Amino acid sequence: MADILRERERQVYRKGQETAFQLDCEKQSVAGSVSQRACVFCGSRVVLYPIADALHIVHGPIGCASYTWDIRGALSSGPELHRLSFSTDMQEMDIVRGGEKKLYAALCELIDEHQPKAAFVYATCIVGVIGDDVGAVCKRVSMEKGIPVLPVHSEGFKGTKKDGYRAACDALLQLVGTGPIDDVSPLSINILGDFNLAGETWIIRDYYARMGVQVVSCITGDGRIDEIRRAHGAALNVVQCSGSMTHLAKSLKDKYGIPFIRVSYFGLEDMSNSLYDVARHFGNKEVMQRTQSIVREELDRTMPLLAEYRRALTGKRAAIYVGGAFKAFSLVSALRLLGMKTVMVGSQTGNKEDYEQLRELCDEGTIIADDSNPLELSTFLEEKEVDVFIGGVKERPIAYKLGIGFCDHNHERKEALAGFEGMVNFAREVYGSVMSPVWQLTPRKRSGALEVVR
Amino acid sequence: MSSPVRITMSAPKPNWVSTRNPCKACAPLGAALVMRGIEGAIPFLHGSQGCATYMRRYLISHFREPMDIASSGFSEASTIFGGGANLHQGLENVTSQYHPGLIGIATTCLTETIGEDVHGMLHEYREKNAGLNHPELVHVSTPSYSGTHIDGFNNAVRSVVEQLAEAFAGADPYAGNFVNLFPGMVSTEDLRFLKEVAADFGIPITLFPDYSETLDGPSMLKYEKIPGGGTPIAALRATPSAGASIEFGRTLRTKNTAASFLQDKFAVPAKRIGLPIGIHESDAFYATMEELTRKPTPVKYNQERGRLVDAYVDGHKYLFGKRAIVFGDEDMVVGLASFLAEIGVVPVLCGSGGKSGALARSIEEVTSHASHCNGQIAVREGIDFMTIAEETALNEFKPDFLIGSSKGAKLARALGVPLIRVGFPIHDRIGGQRILHLGYRGAQRLFDLVVNTLLEVKQDSSSIGYSYL
Repeated sequence: MADILRERERQVYRKGQETAFQLDCEKQSVAGSVSQRACVFCGSRVVLYPIADALHIVHGPIGCASYTWDIRGALSSGPELHRLSFSTDMQEMDIVRGGEKKLYAALCELIDEHQPKAAFVYATCIVGVIGDDVGAVCKRVSMEKGIPVLPVHSEGFKGTKKDGYRAACDALLQLVGTGPIDDVSPLSINILGDFNLAGETWIIRDYYARMGVQVVSCITGDGRIDEIRRAHGAALNVVQCSGSMTHLAKSLKDKYGIPFIRVSYFGLEDMSNSLYDVARHFGNKEVMQRTQSIVREELDRTMPLLAEYRRALTGKRAAIYVGGAFKAFSLVSALRLLGMKTVMVGSQTGNKEDYEQLRELCDEGTIIADDSNPLELSTFLEEKEVDVFIGGVKERPIAYKLGIGFCDHNHERKEALAGFEGMVNFAREVYGSVMSPVWQLTPRKRSGALEVVR
Repeated sequence: MSSPVRITMSAPKPNWVSTRNPCKACAPLGAALVMRGIEGAIPFLHGSQGCATYMRRYLISHFREPMDIASSGFSEASTIFGGGANLHQGLENVTSQYHPGLIGIATTCLTETIGEDVHGMLHEYREKNAGLNHPELVHVSTPSYSGTHIDGFNNAVRSVVEQLAEAFAGADPYAGNFVNLFPGMVSTEDLRFLKEVAADFGIPITLFPDYSETLDGPSMLKYEKIPGGGTPIAALRATPSAGASIEFGRTLRTKNTAASFLQDKFAVPAKRIGLPIGIHESDAFYATMEELTRKPTPVKYNQERGRLVDAYVDGHKYLFGKRAIVFGDEDMVVGLASFLAEIGVVPVLCGSGGKSGALARSIEEVTSHASHCNGQIAVREGIDFMTIAEETALNEFKPDFLIGSSKGAKLARALGVPLIRVGFPIHDRIGGQRILHLGYRGAQRLFDLVVNTLLEVKQDSSSIGYSYL
């Protein structure tokens, strides 16, 4: 059994246990728990990062910029300004005297040099403490340079990663509504919450194009400022990664009356449902027919490819620990499609409804955890005899150290896992990890073998 | 002979206010790494949760090992009212979960800026837990707005030694029988190599930090809460009893270090030598070992040296006059410059994000023997990668290759030349933590790598494709 901190006991649940289901979540991480979460800044940075023609400058000491330089596999079809790292690199004197002048000068020189369509200024912890008026500096530079310069209030200590999502959405909201929308079709959407990791937005965009639905903007995968400015013209917001983007979707609904639906592009079932939901929303017969034929075509192509993987993977056990819980739903289903069983699932930022839904989805005995940490995760992996762990970079060494397969489903991934073809990639990656002969040499598998011999 | 360190023309815009593609990380990262090199210890950052998580991720991507760093997880309330409660709760939770022998606490920009009295808080914590078996607590001040990860590393080494060092009251059974070795931020393979050298010289050493096992361990059946290995706490207490301290790093001359502290307070002689990369700097290391142990260098190392010189001769034609841009942590850059200069390469630009104030002088010292470099080396402290790119264009450095951390990969790609990955961090290759840089053996590997990289370029760009080179 895992050694769980007293303060965290109510953040771990085993389906089927006696107690009524109640999982504490959306709490500040317990001090000393070695949470896998980052901070408010991280939340903002990951959401806005893929906007490729904007300048992203981190106002603070160098660390926050260093650790987020070229961190995501968010691809761009054009400019790649987002892959550079800019920081005011505040020094001791800037802390004493305030960093506004330095920020002003940094913004001016960088805008002159790179001619971005907009600039995002990320406030880090100490900016909130020394009281720099980042908003005023942004306003001034915006006036002088004639582009939107948007403060992102992402001081690390001011909440959790989710508050960072909100700060990013607030910055985006300032852009939406400032572009022309005359040529926007009534059959149009914004793709919210896909970040074009390994080109996933392109895959999804292509499905919508084939359906005859216009994509006004992608927020923020392969993102462009001018597209985001036109986002209010879309007839529907299609929200993936609801943890980060629901705030924006709700705000757009309040302000512009744009309805939104939640979707997921992972796994065949969820992918198909996403397209059908969009088609259904428009109630257009032709769109629906085209959607049906896309889904049929893609399934016909995909299913035979998956069958082979399924044969090998049936009965294997998986654990999932991801940032947002919504992704976990799709992963449980996708793994089930491959014949695999999810024995542990958790997220950094899930909410009550998310966990309730997860509980319904999962088998008896499955462990559900909110805001977990390496010690808990490692005991879960050991106890449940997991074959493959699905998570991000920080989870990878936990699995590998124990001789357990791993699949990166986080923002650093280099394989597209969304869409129909993404499901095949996912299956191939899980298969490639689970079936590798290297595990036979690890103490975990060897000790099992020895026991059998005895 | 004129100085080999030339003053280059200024870059197009020398006064960039911003840092663009940094060649450094922040101070607490270095401190966390040091704490990972103490036996039974867990690093703890006093600040926002994100700091710990980001640094874990950065270190994990290099070492490819679990790297647990605890955090006091600052909230808005702790920022306003102080983080004492968070620190105490964090220490308690880390203790109950990990059962560490030591918790190494480093501050962050946030806690430094709001003026947290960590010393006082820890005093209070110790009082509260008096009589209980709580772990040793050490702390280091690492404001991220001051210096780089290397400063955080060196400050942590000094702080830990300062806080744990105990003088023997009576007769000291260890007196003079061993040596403290403070290697600086080197690879796990470098650390293992240094232990091997000391063992071969027959002298016990206190190598600090020592993350050779904690961050490069074997595959496990059970998850180790705190991986085995690391400098024993008892050994850290006994540092004042050493016969001498050896400290690697020419640029440390401007700093208060662990070795200088032990010399000043406990009269432990400090030997500061360059990071032993290449023959000249390795000779100085073995000479120091000979001097301290009064023993000759074991035959095996002389054989390594002999083979290395033989290899230098075999490869010299492919290298002479080749131009390299060197970047990374200051002392790594100094060591690499020394090595490159002795094999006939010109390190045309030696740059670091660090600002010790001693980089130019150190480079000058280690390249003065190489007349082919005369007046051709530019040295830049506090540089970032976009400035390196601009200076490279403006000064027509025309490098044949880059050598340094993987953060230079973009630049190498833009320049169309190979990057030889050494030092820290290496985020885009496997095995960065296992690169051996030090000693004749390390130089042999670096040498083969450099020559073969250039041969590969030559072969790939040849229309003939020679079978013999």
